[in-house]
Amino acid sequence: MSGEGSTNEELKKLTKNDKYSILLPTYNERDNLPIIIWLIVKYMEKSQCAYEVIVIDDGSPDGTLEVAKELQKIYGEDKILLRPREKKLGLGTAYIHGIKHASGNFIVIMDADLSHHPKFIPKMIELQRYLDLDIVSGTRYIGDGGVYGWDFRRKLISRGANFITQLLLRPGASDLTGSFRLYKKDVLEKLIKSCVSKGYVFQMEMIIRARQFNYQIGEVPISFVDRVYGESKLGGSEIFQFVKSMLYLFATT
Amino acid sequence: MTKLMEWVFVATVFFSIWTAAITGSAQSTLLIKWRTPILYLPLTLIILFGLYAVSVVLYRTFTFNNCEEAAVELQREIKEARADLRSKGLALKED
Repeated sequence: MSGEGSTNEELKKLTKNDKYSILLPTYNERDNLPIIIWLIVKYMEKSQCAYEVIVIDDGSPDGTLEVAKELQKIYGEDKILLRPREKKLGLGTAYIHGIKHASGNFIVIMDADLSHHPKFIPKMIELQRYLDLDIVSGTRYIGDGGVYGWDFRRKLISRGANFITQLLLRPGASDLTGSFRLYKKDVLEKLIKSCVSKGYVFQMEMIIRARQFNYQIGEVPISFVDRVYGESKLGGSEIFQFVKSMLYLFATT
Repeated sequence: MTKLMEWVFVATVFFSIWTAAITGSAQSTLLIKWRTPILYLPLTLIILFGLYAVSVVLYRTFTFNNCEEAAVELQREIKEARADLRSKGLALKED
């Protein structure tokens, strides 16, 4: 594409005063971490935006932190920051922990298991800059967005759950449970403080609270490639958690 | 107003009017003529909405994008990443 170079120049100009802190909470991701960091570096260098990656490892027994230290030697301590914690303490507190050490004015949150591809980060940045959005959320449900590695049952549950949440909560965003998002730093801080739920339903509450605060939300279609290494889970207890949280938000927001 | 209250509010308004119409507290020849359809109106609406919901969810399930290309691209990039990281001195398990 001929426009590629000029687009990057434009983006560079648009983001000259900005820095993006990418938070990577990890737990037993020693195989995925080198790859995800390699991909982040590849696409962020290409976009020429200022960035840093903050790895928040929750005491993984598989040695994720050791791998992260190796990566820090390769890419430098200004690019890869390690902010480990003793044990698994939940996603919300991992983000708070990460934000405390973030030097960027924007925060990107994503999963380290390769289901979220860093190539979408520059797209989120671009959309945010053009529309001055508070949040840009990746979405599997609209446009070119989609999933890989899901069977019919998984897709049906996902679409069904999405339909019901849209009907009951009218959130103003199509992907509530996704966790690939770009936030203005102060917006993320305020949202985390106002959220009560734990686990992956926390992502859903963040968007609902954002709607309550009248934050501007934009969306970028993403392809979600389900876990390459390791197991992905969707069992009865996840569904129960989801329904419980949805009803809680329905009754209280 | 919470989302729950919005639903309760709309449902209350709807059922108040509906109850008035079928119990005859509102008088009109139209109401008498259309009594049976009005009586079954809530049920009809629920069934119609159910059909709408099922067809929308099934349609979206069948048209849910399969990102084959993204998966292939990722596999290629993983190989590239592993080779590059090895050359930079990172010890990785065998592929």
